[in-house]
Amino acid sequence: MKPRGWKELPIGGIIPEAGNAEEYETGSWRTYKPIFDQEKCIHCLLCWVFCPDSSIIVKDGKVVGIDYDHCKGCGICAHECPPKASAITMKLESECLAEEKGNK
Amino acid sequence: MGERLALSGNEAAAYAMKQINPDVVAAYPITPQTEMMHAFAQYVADGEVDTEMVNVESEHSAMSACIGSAASGARTMTATSANGFALMWEVVYIAASSRLPICMALVNRALSGPINIHCDHSDSMGGRDAGWIQFYCENAQEAYDLFALSPKIAEHPDVQLPVMVCYDGFIISHTVEMVDSLTDAQVQKFIGPYQPRIDLLDYKNPFTFGPLDFHDYYFEHKRQQVEAMEHAHKVIPQVFAEFEKLSKRKYSFFEGYQLEDAEIVLLVLGSTAGTAKVAVDELRSQGKKVGLLKLTVFRPFPVKKLQQALSGRRAVAVLDRCASFGGFGGPVFSELRSALFGLSDAPLIRGYIYGLGGRDMGIALIRQAAEETLETAKKGQPTEEIGYLGVRE
Repeated sequence: MKPRGWKELPIGGIIPEAGNAEEYETGSWRTYKPIFDQEKCIHCLLCWVFCPDSSIIVKDGKVVGIDYDHCKGCGICAHECPPKASAITMKLESECLAEEKGNK
Repeated sequence: MGERLALSGNEAAAYAMKQINPDVVAAYPITPQTEMMHAFAQYVADGEVDTEMVNVESEHSAMSACIGSAASGARTMTATSANGFALMWEVVYIAASSRLPICMALVNRALSGPINIHCDHSDSMGGRDAGWIQFYCENAQEAYDLFALSPKIAEHPDVQLPVMVCYDGFIISHTVEMVDSLTDAQVQKFIGPYQPRIDLLDYKNPFTFGPLDFHDYYFEHKRQQVEAMEHAHKVIPQVFAEFEKLSKRKYSFFEGYQLEDAEIVLLVLGSTAGTAKVAVDELRSQGKKVGLLKLTVFRPFPVKKLQQALSGRRAVAVLDRCASFGGFGGPVFSELRSALFGLSDAPLIRGYIYGLGGRDMGIALIRQAAEETLETAKKGQPTEEIGYLGVRE
């Protein structure tokens, strides 16, 4: 979203549209990144229940991934994931970035 | 026309408030404002207004309640003084930045400490950058008029800013004067029905009020507040002109007295203007070309109009009823000096601090300031840039 200038904004700091927090991408805040392993997931949906940023993507009752544009890396999903499954692990964002670079 | 009434400044402001008949008033008593809210509470108790009067537990709560009320589409007013205003501080800024057209009577009183209940402008001057429009009154008539017309400026779609009508504690607030009033119907017609910009109770059109505003948008919202004050520069004279048509009483950003051919000018705010007019008459009778400029609107500061009015004068003395500790002169001096700096025919300028904590400001002290300023004009430079009137050495 292109940031708006002062002439285009509603006055008084109000937000007239409902639910536009989605436009505000908070993914860059992360220090740790949740890594989701689809093979291990038992689809109990505890991560979906507990995620404070609605960043667990669910399709047809099954976890299919994580919304990294909004996930702040709090780690609650990994903490709540039952030990027998351990489908989500937290990894340093810097390591992930280094690996991505190495793969290129 | 309404009646001619004998009213104290506080009663005059309360009478204006009664005639406005605001939807909500939230206030907390503090000397010297108390009498005003006392008078208004009587109108509420007598059923003369429809106002929901909220007796809160502090001024911080008073302004907070006003913000909630104004954001919910209600015409909202309040009043305070000095330490009460200081306790409001945090929310005073939020009222302005939320662009809520709250109107407040500010009965000027010295800020503690040491504790003092009498007049100076240290309270309202401290709030000069809070984003409120500020009017300063010379007498009860002006307190009545400017408070009565204030909602029309505050609520103007191009302005949407809160207005503070400042009048001197005790000197105006507790002195009974003759006040020409308008009828209730005239005031109602003048301000018109309230058309709120936002209404939190309008559940069909929900919005978020008071959200977090970081480095990415805060600056833009502040820029909008600057622009709103620019709009106020245009709207204020329009409303004053409409008011003149109705009341036959003329208001402008400032009033000149013996100003036209004045070589030196005294610039004052508030009740001191009345005393200064007498001093100017005396000096004129001695052939001294002294004039008075009474600043009514301090926010927005009428830079261009002041430049026009003061260019070519030999010297100006600014009388501040407020000290700015560690600053260069009082707040009005420092702004005026800045406004005049760089003009090719700028007058010499000197500042005086006077009347702190209710110290009497008599004709003799004003004459002293004028005589010293005439001397400044003669010498071509002030002997000292900042002086003090009426303090014991």
